[in-house]
Amino acid sequence: MSKFSMNGREISFEAGRTILQVATEHSVEIPTLCHLQDADHAQVCRICVVEVAGSDRLLPACATPANEGMEIHTDTLRVREARKTVLEMLVASGQHTCFAWNRPRETWSEAHRRSAQRPWHDRNCPADGECRLQELIVEYGVDTEHLVPQDMDFPLDDDTPLMVRDFSRCILCGRCVAACNVVQVNEAIPQPFGRREDKPLPRGWFPLADYERCVHCGECVQACPVGALFEKKAFGLIGPGEGDRIRTTCPYCGVGCQMWLHVKDGRVLKVTGVEGAVPNEGRLCVKGRFGYDFIHAPDRLTVPLVRENGVLREAGWEEALELVAERFLRLREAHGGDCLGGLSSARVTNEENYLMQKLVRAGFGTNNIDHCARL
Amino acid sequence: MTNSIAEMEEADAFIVIGSNTSETHPVISTFVKRAVARRGADLVVIDPRRIPLVEHAAVWLRQRPGTDLAVINGLMHVILRENLAYEAFIQERCENFEALRAILASYTPEKVEAISCVAAEDLVKAALLYGKAGSAMILYTMGITQHTNGTDNVKALANLAMLTGQVGRRAAGVNPLRGQNNVQGGCDMGALPNVLPGYQVVIDAAVREKFEALWKMPLSPQVGLTLTEMLPGAMEGKIKGLFILGENPAVSDADSAHVKKALESLDFLVVQDIFLTETARLADVVLPAACFAEKDGTFTNTERRVQRVRKAVDPPGKARADWEILTDLAGRMGLGWQYDGPEAIFREIAACTPSYAGITYDRLQKESLQWPCTHAEHPGTPFLHKERFARGRGLFFPVEHEEPYELPEGDYPLILTTGRILYQYHTRTMTGRCSGLNDLASQARVELNPADAQALSIANRELARLTTRRGSIVVQVKVTDRVGPGVVFMPFHFAEAAANVLTVTALDPIAKIPEFKVCAVRVEKTA
Ligand code: SF4
Ligand code: SF4
Ligand code: SF4
Repeated sequence: MSKFSMNGREISFEAGRTILQVATEHSVEIPTLCHLQDADHAQVCRICVVEVAGSDRLLPACATPANEGMEIHTDTLRVREARKTVLEMLVASGQHTCFAWNRPRETWSEAHRRSAQRPWHDRNCPADGECRLQELIVEYGVDTEHLVPQDMDFPLDDDTPLMVRDFSRCILCGRCVAACNVVQVNEAIPQPFGRREDKPLPRGWFPLADYERCVHCGECVQACPVGALFEKKAFGLIGPGEGDRIRTTCPYCGVGCQMWLHVKDGRVLKVTGVEGAVPNEGRLCVKGRFGYDFIHAPDRLTVPLVRENGVLREAGWEEALELVAERFLRLREAHGGDCLGGLSSARVTNEENYLMQKLVRAGFGTNNIDHCARL
Repeated sequence: MTNSIAEMEEADAFIVIGSNTSETHPVISTFVKRAVARRGADLVVIDPRRIPLVEHAAVWLRQRPGTDLAVINGLMHVILRENLAYEAFIQERCENFEALRAILASYTPEKVEAISCVAAEDLVKAALLYGKAGSAMILYTMGITQHTNGTDNVKALANLAMLTGQVGRRAAGVNPLRGQNNVQGGCDMGALPNVLPGYQVVIDAAVREKFEALWKMPLSPQVGLTLTEMLPGAMEGKIKGLFILGENPAVSDADSAHVKKALESLDFLVVQDIFLTETARLADVVLPAACFAEKDGTFTNTERRVQRVRKAVDPPGKARADWEILTDLAGRMGLGWQYDGPEAIFREIAACTPSYAGITYDRLQKESLQWPCTHAEHPGTPFLHKERFARGRGLFFPVEHEEPYELPEGDYPLILTTGRILYQYHTRTMTGRCSGLNDLASQARVELNPADAQALSIANRELARLTTRRGSIVVQVKVTDRVGPGVVFMPFHFAEAAANVLTVTALDPIAKIPEFKVCAVRVEKTA
């Protein structure tokens, strides 16, 4: 164990860690925009700078190893000023119009009105309320009153069915690049200054996706700290902080990914991965993340059906279940339990599988119970 | 699975066989790919198709479909020849090794190449990577089990792992990846004809007594029928009434025309589901169920991890949770069950299932637990067979290669193999109703090698007729070298072009899994 002092407090830590890691472990908050632990991605945004005694320069906490005896200050005036300067640059670099949307329209500049004409800009940014940049701008008191959106030919990619990439809000933090290439290892977003850009882009580079390789997992969207990447289906339906979040297990494959269902007005409108939880560590695939519409499909079965004269007609529960019980009991009496059988499902819960086999064994009187997926 | 998903990032080598992991278990594939990209792990992919994982592989063995066993035996032959077997482990923990050695002698790389078309030098390379690895994991899925010799394939993989001592440790083991989210739980709960919850066998009188006391009903001592036996049973009139919960065998099962006929010949069919599936349309009574987002409960994932399912929204209309319907029905059948909710059912499960005994909803609120978890303080079990195998010593089970049930010949010159694709799930009852997923893959496309496409003068996206001895369908063609010459691949998800109209019902004699993976087919251009 080594020791250093952070904001006057003595902290012990194990060697081989960065200042940021040690700070996080001891609940000292150092802001970051680009850091993505799962991908060792850091050192882009320079928001995490701290003062270390003996160094003239401010040092990035994400990339500076924690050393014995260091004296670190994470929140001095100098540190705050440096962070503020970076934030001012970032917010001025694109169309971060949430501050204007949260003001009366009359106060808008001409540039704001033009910005609202852009596709997907006819309402407030989908990240408004949970944007890392917005939070920091408020916290560090960056002037947003005189902020004018950048009028540039930012690339916009909304050609695919599930996601929108609106680079007018991209702060080039590289998190999506790391999420795609290092977390999911899909390698669908070329590294900075890589190939693929057919026309010169403003500021040289944007993290465009290569749809020959993209598998639409949405990891990049989940990683984006701002409103540059967002989901198409949920756009405008559920905002940050709206509705409830319920943790559950993915209904598709056997990985059993942990997911949040975002629910508003009795409808599941969005799904995200539970960060920092086994087994999936926040990752999801395209089915888990985007395969929720079936829950509210208009053709869900809503009433029991009973066959009469060859056709299925609606019935009440009482009628349907009485009929089922009576027919199964009659068959059992006439031919013995082994003339009955049950098929349980890999898609219902353990509790329901248990009851199903119990019903077949104890109620039907047979071991003719199986399920449809023998693996 | 014997290991945990998290251990995958620690493995030094992998054999992925018969598993298109990045499409069927996408998040598991990220762990494998990360081990390769970040830690330099060696990945061996054994698959007839150029699946996406091949791109990350150190060696790719493209075997002729249905020859997996020859390839696995070949790997073991090389491992023995190169003295890479783990003698101490074999002596201390296994038995019947000499019988295995005897059978492996003839599986030289040259013979294996003749059987499987896998180049001898690639086989050797793969064997060395696996044989020399510090810790190595084998991952497999249906590609291994959906054969008439599926059980043998699984045994061969166990032989391979035991031979090298790659079991019973972190990041070393044999791992079947479960296809559907709660297959593991369904099996654990005894939704199988031969075992009660916790794999307690029905032919054991002591086991039955325990359950008879708990359930207060006499139990049949006879092993029941599997699904693949119940259907012919229905045709013969032996099975008269069937209750199907949340499944769609009319599309998902091999030879689906046959399945439909079997279901139609029942006296009484009840289907409980969330949609009016192809199977539900045949039912006498259809019961509307709640989906996963509308109920509480637990699922058990492929690594034996028991996790909570939580109700987020109400079921539509009068639909009810499956457990509620079953409890209600049981009451009407005179069983008098008293459950006020899933937690009460789970308490009963824990009471009669030793491997779940230590799991409670309270614990699951804070953590997820991998069974065996046998008492309240038990932390759960990340990997199995640590000190010993379930049966004591690991038994080598020598198995020989056999040709698939149906081989290409004459009028049916190509091999058809079936599987899953990323954007759809099972018979599409769920994904088929999801916008976006459907835009990305809305219809079945059969994969055809460019050489075959040229010989048949079929162009990409043209329609072709696929005919087997059982049926015929018309489907769009995707010309791609993902499949090798002589092989066509068809996803099984689509009811309107159901691959399973074509496949064989020949069963693995033990696991009773149909041979979905290999049959003979003719492909023709349609006018
Ligand atoms: S959706 Fe997934 S694969 Fe596609 S660019 Fe984003 S992270 Fe990469
Ligand atoms: S799109 Fe989002 S995550 Fe990607 S670089 Fe831009 S701001 Fe960062
Ligand atoms: S999110 Fe994808 S990988 Fe995870 S459980 Fe669901 S289907 Fe499987």
